[in-house]
Amino acid sequence: MFKNKGIAFKLVLFFTLSSALIFAAIFSYNYLVSRRMIEKGIEENSANLITTTTSRIEVLLTSTQKVPQNAAYLLENTNYDESELFKVIYAIVEKNPEIYGAAVAFEPYAFDKKKKYFAPYFYKNGGGISFKYLDRFYDYFRWDWYQIPRELEQPQWTEPYFGEGGGILMSSYAVPFFRVVDGTRKLTGVIVVDISLDELRDIVSSIKILKSGYGFLISKNGTFVTHPIKEYIMNETIFSVAEERNDAMLREAGRKMIQRQTGFSAKSVKSAVTGKSCIMTYVPIKSNGWSLGVLFPYDELMSDITNLNHIVIALGIIGLALLALAVVFIARSITKPLTQMANIAGRIGRGDLEVQVPDIRTRDEVGKLASALDYMKTSLKDYIRELTETTASRQRMESELKIARNIQMGILPKTFPPFPERTDFDIHALTLPAREVGGDFYDFFLIDKDHLCFVIGDASGKGIPAALFMAFTKTLIKAKASANLETGALMEQVNDELGKGNDADMFITVFCAILNTVTGELRYTNGGHNPPIVMRSGGDESYLDGPGELVVGIMEGSRYSTRSLVLKPGDGLFLYTDGVTEAMNEADEIFSTDHLLDVLISCRDKTVSDITACVGEAINDFCKDTPQYDDITMMALRYEGRR
Amino acid sequence: MKDHRGKEGSSRGKAAALLPALALLLVALVVATAHGESALKKVSFIPLWSPQAQFAGYYAAQETGIYKKYGLDVTIIQGGPHRPSSELLEKGEADIGSIWLSTALQKRSRGVRLVNIAQIVQRSSLMLIAKKARGIRRPEDLEGKKVGLWGDDFRIQPEAFFKKFKVSVKAVPQSYSVNLFLRDGVDAASGMWYNEYHTILNAGINADEITSFFYSDYGLNFPEDGIYVMEETLKKDPAKACAFVKASIEGWAYAFDHPDKAIDIVLAHMRVANVPANRVHQKWMLERMKDIIMPSGQTGGTPGLLRKEDYERVGKELKAGGLIRDIPAIDTFAFGCEGHVQK
Repeated sequence: MFKNKGIAFKLVLFFTLSSALIFAAIFSYNYLVSRRMIEKGIEENSANLITTTTSRIEVLLTSTQKVPQNAAYLLENTNYDESELFKVIYAIVEKNPEIYGAAVAFEPYAFDKKKKYFAPYFYKNGGGISFKYLDRFYDYFRWDWYQIPRELEQPQWTEPYFGEGGGILMSSYAVPFFRVVDGTRKLTGVIVVDISLDELRDIVSSIKILKSGYGFLISKNGTFVTHPIKEYIMNETIFSVAEERNDAMLREAGRKMIQRQTGFSAKSVKSAVTGKSCIMTYVPIKSNGWSLGVLFPYDELMSDITNLNHIVIALGIIGLALLALAVVFIARSITKPLTQMANIAGRIGRGDLEVQVPDIRTRDEVGKLASALDYMKTSLKDYIRELTETTASRQRMESELKIARNIQMGILPKTFPPFPERTDFDIHALTLPAREVGGDFYDFFLIDKDHLCFVIGDASGKGIPAALFMAFTKTLIKAKASANLETGALMEQVNDELGKGNDADMFITVFCAILNTVTGELRYTNGGHNPPIVMRSGGDESYLDGPGELVVGIMEGSRYSTRSLVLKPGDGLFLYTDGVTEAMNEADEIFSTDHLLDVLISCRDKTVSDITACVGEAINDFCKDTPQYDDITMMALRYEGRR
Repeated sequence: MKDHRGKEGSSRGKAAALLPALALLLVALVVATAHGESALKKVSFIPLWSPQAQFAGYYAAQETGIYKKYGLDVTIIQGGPHRPSSELLEKGEADIGSIWLSTALQKRSRGVRLVNIAQIVQRSSLMLIAKKARGIRRPEDLEGKKVGLWGDDFRIQPEAFFKKFKVSVKAVPQSYSVNLFLRDGVDAASGMWYNEYHTILNAGINADEITSFFYSDYGLNFPEDGIYVMEETLKKDPAKACAFVKASIEGWAYAFDHPDKAIDIVLAHMRVANVPANRVHQKWMLERMKDIIMPSGQTGGTPGLLRKEDYERVGKELKAGGLIRDIPAIDTFAFGCEGHVQK
């Protein structure tokens, strides 16, 4: 997906993303650690706070507990009458400012065998102390303060309740007392003291955590005893609040609280006052099984770390933006010359070598690229200049060669039939020049009316030297040929001429013959040339006698013989150079002398021009498109005689 | 001691505070004089207990003007443990009252001419709540256990139940609260499904930690709250009594259809009466009232109808317990209101 985007884009994306990831990882770790530190701090602080608070509550409760406990001890171990009992109860109310009222309630008929209900009660009333009996209308046996310690045979704090007038929240501490009757310890009654919970409420409501954190107290049943929201007190339990909020976690925390456990809420608890998420810690009040809960508003606790985090995030974002800018800048500094050089390379590609490569002084990869580009341009320029020069010289040479070839071809007779007025013989020659200038030549001319001289040859080597050598040979032969001169002597003279100053050791194969057109006698000398084929009119084709003599021009003073042959009217002669028999096909096979003979047999009855054409076609068929490196030259002669 | 301790414990067990009650009465009087056109017939109604959702239908009928629609000017007297509704009817301090069927039958047996004009609660809500931790899972497990029992009418079903399963329990008189049960002073406690059961749940005991025995599940369905009048009051103006029944049933229908509004009304009355008011508890109570006033399994459920088999079952058990001498004929005990209603 980023294939088409530039390097700058990729760099920015890569660096920004990876830096953001690293930043996020560091940030998260930092956040978690600092949060844990703060939570640990809360734990310690709350432990201190809660310990202080609970110990204040414990002091309040235990000091109250001691009063009825001592009284119970007194009632169990001394004998007393009604007035003494009254004095004790009165003293409890009078001497203990925190105690609102006190009663000693007896089991039915336990104090007085005639009285089912006997429970004297003293209580503070305005400035003084009032008294009454708790009677059958009140039926104290049915009340929790009496029944629960009686059934459990243990001192009990009652659930809180609203006192007289409804305004004061109170709780009672009730202690059962016993008497040993007939050896068994028997429950005799319950001593109860009532205390106001105002002081306890003041202790708990003094808990202030940051701005909105608060403490609350719940009873054994989970009922709110103190709470910043007044309506909660006595009306709601922590479980009814959990039910209303549909908060199972809060219910679970509440159960742990009433089971006298110490701990933290598993998850955040919503503040009843602000609705904010809070961490709730709880600790039991040992004396009465109530539980103190403290709510720590999470966001307020975390406000420092939250502020810090905001700053860190802001710094992080700014840093990332700066980094992105820096990457853009660096990427630009790389890609700008790169783009420039890509353009330059494009222009060089289109042939514009005059383009200026920017001068980049840095020694980095871009600088190297620029100097490489510059070097490439200079080298290309030099190369092209050299190439142009080479091409020009080669073209000149080629045109010179072409001229040479044209000259070479120009000196060969090309008009056919060459002697239209003569019917006593016919001659035709064909040359297929190779790509390079070769050394083949042929010639025929009438020495006089009755003597036709004809020559075919092949100079050694290729190119201009061969062409010149061949032209020189042709000129020599034509100049020296005469009816009185045997071909052997002619060849000796030519050989001597060519041999003079032949430092290059060049030579030429030459077959030279003079036909007496009257008699049909053919006198000939073969200077190292391929033997011609005699085509008898009866239909007998054969190569002319064995291998020839020494090639011409190589050795001065060589001797050449003259041989003769009589042609009958209708007989013919086929002459050729090695370009014919050594023509090659694709499979590197040569045309061969046998094949040549077969071809000539097949076209024996044709005219001389058709014979050369016939052989030319056969060579074409054999070689197809394989280029030939030697000139292919052939000449056909037919003697008709005078009729 | 009596007064301030009277606030202790459950919503069931509150000594009525005199002042708030008078205040409510005063408010009712003011309302009555303000709106009370001469056409409205004055009626006073005494519920079984202090204000709570157990009486949501009556409070709703009063607050939403349903009673007025039926031509009645109703005053709801604040009830409570020290103001038994049957006694108020007997003394003529209230015209109409909400009374348990078993209570009314016993009163009738003692010569108090109470007449049932509607049986509102069809299914008994009285139950026994036991702690699984004490090994109680079946009725038989109650053998030898300490069981908190309320007095009087609340003992009839438990005793028949124990007899049925041949168990003997250690009965502990149950006070106005369930705190003795919560503090493990008893192994099982009596409770009303719509009240103490939920109080126990909201004191931190989970439902799966307790075993519930509904007496109605053990062939002991005693229909509870019914609407009663004295025979002479009924004779004087049957149309008025029947209009009250019709309007009250409509009030119940309204309360079930608009639980939040009904609870608001109930909570307002509770605050006036200065009894602990807890919305989720009242919501639970109203939902359970719907369950017992209109039990889903019951066929041919005309609201307010006292069914003969229910009546005879209660009569039989009371007679067997020696609480009544004879079972009065149902048509002399219950009065059908059909044809006596004028809007």
